[in-house]
Amino acid sequence: MITVEHLTKRYGDFTAVDDISFTIEDGHIYGFLGPNGAGKSTTMNIMTGCLAATSGEVKIDGYDIFEQARQAKQCIGYLPEIPPLYTDETPEEYLRFVAEAKGVAKKDIPGEVARVMEETRLTEMENRLIRNLSKGYRQRVGIAQALLGNPRYIILDEPTVGLDPLQIIEIRDLIRELGQKHTVILSSHILSEVQAICESVLIIAHGKLVAFDTPQNLQRTLAANNRLVITAECDEAALRAILDDQTVVADYTVEPDARPEAPAAAPAEAAEPADAADTEAVPAPLDPETAVLPADPAVAPGEPALCKATVTLAGDPVTACRTLFFAFAQARCALLQMTPLKADLENIFIELTEDEPSGKEATDHESGV
Amino acid sequence: MKAVFKHELSLYYHGLLAYVFGAFLLEFIGIGAMMYNINRAVANFEYALGTFCIGFVALVPILTMRVMAEEKKQKTDQLLSLLPITGADIVLGKYFAMAVVFIAPMLVACVYPFIFSLYGDVYLPTSYGALFAFICLGLALIAIGMFISSLTESQGMAAGICVVVMLFCYYSADLADYISSTAFNVAALLVLSALLALLVRRLTRSDVAGLIILVLCVAAVAITWFVSPDSLQTLLPDLMSKLSLFERFYTFVNGVFDVTAIIYYASVAVFFLFLCVQSWEKKRYNG
Repeated sequence: MITVEHLTKRYGDFTAVDDISFTIEDGHIYGFLGPNGAGKSTTMNIMTGCLAATSGEVKIDGYDIFEQARQAKQCIGYLPEIPPLYTDETPEEYLRFVAEAKGVAKKDIPGEVARVMEETRLTEMENRLIRNLSKGYRQRVGIAQALLGNPRYIILDEPTVGLDPLQIIEIRDLIRELGQKHTVILSSHILSEVQAICESVLIIAHGKLVAFDTPQNLQRTLAANNRLVITAECDEAALRAILDDQTVVADYTVEPDARPEAPAAAPAEAAEPADAADTEAVPAPLDPETAVLPADPAVAPGEPALCKATVTLAGDPVTACRTLFFAFAQARCALLQMTPLKADLENIFIELTEDEPSGKEATDHESGV
Repeated sequence: MKAVFKHELSLYYHGLLAYVFGAFLLEFIGIGAMMYNINRAVANFEYALGTFCIGFVALVPILTMRVMAEEKKQKTDQLLSLLPITGADIVLGKYFAMAVVFIAPMLVACVYPFIFSLYGDVYLPTSYGALFAFICLGLALIAIGMFISSLTESQGMAAGICVVVMLFCYYSADLADYISSTAFNVAALLVLSALLALLVRRLTRSDVAGLIILVLCVAAVAITWFVSPDSLQTLLPDLMSKLSLFERFYTFVNGVFDVTAIIYYASVAVFFLFLCVQSWEKKRYNG
């Protein structure tokens, strides 16, 4: 387990990492997300003992990274953003040196080097100078050095930066394989990458940890903003009248006459959203547990007017949905769609990182896995 | 430390550097031996070493310029930082590797006095005493060069500064003779104070620390000025002569085995290695 408590790093007046606390449990792949300059690399460098913190502590399996550096570092394999390679050596020579420095027993070094080269599929390149290797293979050499000594935690700082799409896929597959044997923490600003690989996500912005949860829970968190897309069989005035009467409705935007011109080809959700706020969120695919009614109104032309609205609920979402449902029923207005808005990781990331730090964020996070 | 030592040694011997360094070292000593011991038929091998001393001005930068600077430039210092080894392990591993590169050709040179003794009356104790002191002097200078390399990312810059420092070390005793007036002494001491303050500031990245050193040095000069103005006239020359690494070596060339000089060389080496470790650790704190 890695425990980070109240970690702060200041460079003069600039605070790169601001009172971050979190716990990394064993056996998962964690994603460290944040825009450039958010403090990801600084945090990782401190966690691996490359950089000293201004205050706070990092414990790796109970060993303090600053006080018991030797023991703590033996639990960690780290690939920095720029792989630190001696380019005049072959991968085999380089890995031998790292293995020896990591304290691997002399008799075990050849086997250990062969193992990591096998795991990172470097064997065919073992006798070529590192300076003659492609960027993808250099990245593999960097990952191989992180694997030496079989550390429990593998920390990878932007492992796919600068690679071509094929190399990215190869490295992602490799990380997935590593995740079966090690706890992997990888930093990235590529959201799809984190979403594809990681079981839990830490989002850092302005040096603060703003979220730490599974991608699914983060999506649920945004859904808990109580936003619904509803489509009702009524005109705009009637819809407004119903919604205005409800105390469970905090806010709403109306898109008049949501009837599709060709219903089979263009369902109601395909219409342009009513305001800019809607561009941040997309209606989630139909989820039987959360959608009250089917998402596709499937209304034939000639029927009464349809009206679509994005509603922000107040209070408990379940109670609010129930109240809304009965309100529309009482007004004899068919409610054809009631879909909670979910956000993909990109929207969550933008929402959490674009604002200035408010100080309201929790400073202590436990793994949500 | 052992891993760093072996790795560093393999880097030196994989490339040409160790061989070029060794060849130049033996060439310089060989020329000195040819000039004094063969052409002039002088039996003292230590004279050849005394003449060659200036060769350190070129050889030490060649050996030390890349040792720390290149790690920073290639970002491999990050690798060393994340390995379960200490800053002292890294610095000592590298230093001992350079020591081996330096001492290996010196072992060849150790055969010279023995060869000369086959053809004439050579007093071997003074020859080998001077050889031992020559190695100690070289090791002290290498420690200084290593520290200079730890201050910069540029090999060229490290080499340039190292040449200047080596030249200053070599000529410091001679320069001391030119510093005769009190005013010149005060000015030189103030310049040295400013340089020391700049060095401390660079190591600590603290303006306050640099300023404190500057104020303390200036205060010391001012107090000396008021308490004993006459002593200022000879203070700097005395300091430069006493601290001169090369001047102390000439004692060995003159046939005297000066134990205090050996201790002084060891102290200089330890002091600069300590500074080098601090310079390495500084990166952890300042990023």
